[in-house]
Amino acid sequence: MEQNTKEKIENIIKDNEILLFMKGTPVMPQCGFSAAVVGVLSHMGVKFNSVNVLEDADIREGIKEYSDWPTIPQLYVKNEFVGGCDIIREMHENGELTEYFEKAGITV
Amino acid sequence: MAMTALEIEELILKTFPDAKITIDDLRGDGDHYAAQIISEKFKGKTRVQQHQMVYNAMDGKMGKELHALALNTSAPKD
Repeated sequence: MEQNTKEKIENIIKDNEILLFMKGTPVMPQCGFSAAVVGVLSHMGVKFNSVNVLEDADIREGIKEYSDWPTIPQLYVKNEFVGGCDIIREMHENGELTEYFEKAGITV
Repeated sequence: MAMTALEIEELILKTFPDAKITIDDLRGDGDHYAAQIISEKFKGKTRVQQHQMVYNAMDGKMGKELHALALNTSAPKD
């Protein structure tokens, strides 16, 4: 990964408390897995920012290497990689996600 | 490009010889699978780490040949 791509990713993650790397936008997701995570966060009433990886090929490839995670979506909360679609869904279903946000000092 | 459930299982078994694996072809298109994997190797690992271990076992195929592999990982219950 090029250094400036890495810096770009680091900066967006740092600047956004809750950040979702996704395909499409929260209003118009371009992939069912991204849509599922948007659905969970919206359902919980969590405010988040998103990056549409389809609009930036460097970030689309870079974030996979950065997180050591081969797929999109990817959720970051306060600089920490929380997971992709399966993990977020599972954490939502068993209540862990609410706990996670509370621990991170985010009101849901 | 798609993979068969058997190919996925064989790849996972290479890294997790002790694993109990159940694979479902979610849409019957050879491209969207769900796998449940139970292995001792997951003990003490976070869920992100467990999934990373499986993705690494997939040898770079995840996200390329294989579009979707929904994972459910856990260590065996004593």
